[in-house]
Amino acid sequence: MPAPLPPALSVSGLTKALPGGRVLFSGLDLIVAPGEIIAIMGESGIGKSTLLNLIAGLDRPDNGSIAIAGDTLAGLSDDAATRLRRDRLGFVFQAFHILPHLTLAQNIALPLVLAHQGAAVALPAAHAMLAKIGLAGRGDDYPAQLSGGELQRIAIARALIHRPALILADEPTGNLDPETAERILALLLAEARSTGAAAVIVTHSDRAAAIADRVLVLTGAGLVPRAT
Amino acid sequence: MTAGVPVTAARWMLLGEWRAHPARVVTAALAIAIGVALGFAVHLVNASALDSFERALSSVNGAADMQVRAATPAGFAEALYPRLARLPGVADISPVVELPARAAHIAPDIAGAGRGRVTLIGLDPLRAIAVTPSLVGRPGGEAGVLLSRAALDALDRRIGRRITLVAAGRSHAFTIAGVLPGASTDQAIAVIDIATAQWHFGQLGRLQRLDIRLGSDADPVAVRRAITTLLPADAILATPEADARRTDSLSRAYRVNLEMLAMVALLTGGFLVYSAQSLSVARRGPQFALLRVLGLPRRALLAQVLVEGAALGLAGSLLGIALGQALADVAVSRLGGDLGGGYFGAGTPHLGFAPGPAAVFAGIGIIVAMVSSLLPAREAAAAAPAVALKTSGALGDPRRAARLWPGAVLLALGGLAALAPPIAGLPLLGYAAMALLLAGGVATMPALVRLLLAPLRRLTGLPPALDLALKRLWGAPQQAAVALCGIVASTSLMVAMAVMVASFRGSVDDWLVAILPSDIYLHLEGAEGGGLDPAGQARLAATPGIASIAFVRQVPLRLAADRPPVLLSAQPIDRAAPGRRLLLVGTPRPVPAGETPVWVSEAMLWLYDARPGTRLMLPIGGRLQPVFVAGVWRDYARQFGAIAMADSDYVRLSGDAGKSEAAIDARPDTNIDRLIPALRRALPPGLAEQALFGQPRQMRAMALTIFDRSFAITYALEAIAIIIGLVGVAATFSAQTLARTREFGMLRHIGVSRRQIGAMLGAEGALLGLVGGLAGLALGVVMSLVLIHVVNPQSFHWTMDTRLPWGLFGTLLTALVVAAAGTALLAGRRALSGDAVRAVREDW
Repeated sequence: MPAPLPPALSVSGLTKALPGGRVLFSGLDLIVAPGEIIAIMGESGIGKSTLLNLIAGLDRPDNGSIAIAGDTLAGLSDDAATRLRRDRLGFVFQAFHILPHLTLAQNIALPLVLAHQGAAVALPAAHAMLAKIGLAGRGDDYPAQLSGGELQRIAIARALIHRPALILADEPTGNLDPETAERILALLLAEARSTGAAAVIVTHSDRAAAIADRVLVLTGAGLVPRAT
Repeated sequence: MTAGVPVTAARWMLLGEWRAHPARVVTAALAIAIGVALGFAVHLVNASALDSFERALSSVNGAADMQVRAATPAGFAEALYPRLARLPGVADISPVVELPARAAHIAPDIAGAGRGRVTLIGLDPLRAIAVTPSLVGRPGGEAGVLLSRAALDALDRRIGRRITLVAAGRSHAFTIAGVLPGASTDQAIAVIDIATAQWHFGQLGRLQRLDIRLGSDADPVAVRRAITTLLPADAILATPEADARRTDSLSRAYRVNLEMLAMVALLTGGFLVYSAQSLSVARRGPQFALLRVLGLPRRALLAQVLVEGAALGLAGSLLGIALGQALADVAVSRLGGDLGGGYFGAGTPHLGFAPGPAAVFAGIGIIVAMVSSLLPAREAAAAAPAVALKTSGALGDPRRAARLWPGAVLLALGGLAALAPPIAGLPLLGYAAMALLLAGGVATMPALVRLLLAPLRRLTGLPPALDLALKRLWGAPQQAAVALCGIVASTSLMVAMAVMVASFRGSVDDWLVAILPSDIYLHLEGAEGGGLDPAGQARLAATPGIASIAFVRQVPLRLAADRPPVLLSAQPIDRAAPGRRLLLVGTPRPVPAGETPVWVSEAMLWLYDARPGTRLMLPIGGRLQPVFVAGVWRDYARQFGAIAMADSDYVRLSGDAGKSEAAIDARPDTNIDRLIPALRRALPPGLAEQALFGQPRQMRAMALTIFDRSFAITYALEAIAIIIGLVGVAATFSAQTLARTREFGMLRHIGVSRRQIGAMLGAEGALLGLVGGLAGLALGVVMSLVLIHVVNPQSFHWTMDTRLPWGLFGTLLTALVVAAAGTALLAGRRALSGDAVRAVREDW
């Protein structure tokens, strides 16, 4: 019998205070199973984005541990954390963050070329992703020619091209109109399911939260399931 | 590329940035290209000129392994020749008479004193054929002279024509028998039979040179030692190595100075690259943050920005090498091989492509671009990705004090370097001091911006535009410093050079006034070894209309084989009051009884350590004569040293009563223009044609013209450095303003008018121009002190009094404020031309 897969994300006893001393959360626990999609909601300033930064290894917790697909972040050097992020994580941002001077295919292929894959491997994979997100044949276009919804589709393709264990999405529909948001969420869900990636989506949107397997609310007391 | 950098990603990022901002890339690469071009061109011209000068010298010296040379134009006794010929190891030896000469048919001209001059060489062809074959041609007989091609051209004569040559105060007519086939095309040489030279030019029993060829199995060190023991006081031994050092020392400081000036242009280009890279990094902060989030290691990001700098440097350097080669061709054809410095004679050096130096200068260009990118690269790598991802550009806390210590440390190191002595005779640490001061000055800019703006910030009730401008400059001093570094670098370099040149020119002018107090000056061309005898002096002094006349004997003395000769000037100096004839520096020493006093130029202090109170041994009258250094005088004419001595002492020591110069004061009622022809008529017939008369005003004007000509290339290099700096300032302002489009959109939303934003930008530009100009002025004056008190004395061995050109300072400051405000306004107009609403919503 094959060994059970480790959780996509395991957070245990996480504590983080702001430089001024305000404690954002203390002793926070979270397990995300492989392929599971969870949504985290909460008031502005409660620490949702900080939690994502901690999970991504971009910030250091004051206490507690985080493991991505079984690999613990604690004690990793900056370079090792960078490698872990590159190989195991995918990111989708509210502001898209598509590099304006690269073509769409190059933007999507970035995680692969950052992992030292050549253009000969990375670009065909990016073109295949473009076809999956409904932008086939536009690989040589530049981001300036795209709408917000199209840009977010590019971001989703980029987040998934290297088959990460976990996708971190910070307000992925925050800059989109409701209809476009709907389509983007459907795409994110479908692609995550097809690649087997788990996802943590930080959002204020009930529609976005609706696609999740679980919805948690970050409060001063930690992560609690949202009352249905 | 360093390990760990994803090559494909690096290439995409680089090409993407270049495609998006080609103008900025081209500007930065051009700045490097111009710096590399100037450095490479100056080097090519210098190297080629030096090479052709050395070839010219070697054609005079032939293939001799070593030479014995006369310490004075009077030569040494020819009895030395057979003694050296008998030494073991000496295979061949050729006796030579060598005299500076001129053609009688070309009248000396104060504005073109070099015209008609040749080096007259008398040799024994049977001896010379084994040692200096290039000087041996078809036999010309006793009345024949062989000329080099350059001499034929310079003297405007054809083969078969008669020509009268004047040397050592005597003249003799020859028939041009042919051309010297082996002589350098640059060197004007006339070769005659040695006996003819000795007989007709008063050199009987005297020689100026012995060319020696060693046997194949001879030990050069042993032969050198044996020769040295036999040498009389008025001869010295020279080797090819010493010759090479002498040739090199002749113009080395000038060449190094020019190359350093060219490097200044490259350094200014480096600041432009720094500014372009800083802005680019600030603008791309979120992009770099994204790459870090997606998995680009910190070191790889650092390498990415450095590689971008290196690519800029490579592009600029390749262009610069091509430009430099073309520039060198133009400069040589227009200014000559010494670029107007007056170190080398006529003749255009040959310029070929030099792969070695090209690679070195291209390497320097790349290194400058990479070093300039280092700080922005570190800044990019150090940024926290999560924070940078959400901000467009650097967000500083206005309350945070700007760091002063890095700049202070650099300034202190610069001050220390300025105190250091020369290295290998060159002010290398002086140049390092300039670079450190410049870097220190630029590094203190963020703190200085706040210091200078502090009084303005305390003012209340300012117009909104000025208030906003002040708040922005105060809140983002690092960004202000990026814009300022170009202004400060170019202003300070310009001010430093301007102060140095103004001080130098003013000091030269004062010196000319001091050394030219008489009404008329007489110089006898080709008077070395001869000149005006006492009877001729008496006849000249008796010319009606003369109030007084002071005769001077000038004799070149060779004190070291590897240095150019120094000039001994014997003149009527009052031992008790030498300051009446010499522009003394410091107080002269009292002369001990029984000593022969001399007063040395400042160069003698540096080159021969001839400090007041010490003794020198001078080769005068065939013996080494001890003299007492009684004082130091200022002399801008002879970079390699001059010694003044009372004429009575010189006649006593040398027995030479001949004179080569005279300073004449006319009676008040005498017409100078009529007196000069009368003086010429009073001269002996042989010398009258060689007499050069000058009047102080004319001589002063000519000297200053020569000064300006020799500084022409300096002015040009300086101007180019300033243009690069100003282009950098314009590019920086423009880029910074365009990067703030969203800020302007927001201001327009909340009710600030276009006019008010324009006024704010104009005020920011003017304030930056003012702060940068003031800082550049202060830094420039400090750097000029290094140039005046360190670089110049160590390079050229003379001092000067500091003069500050206040008028230029005022004009420069005004121009800077107007240019900076104008550039900011123009860039602002572009930034405000778009739709303000779109600007606010614009992402990235």
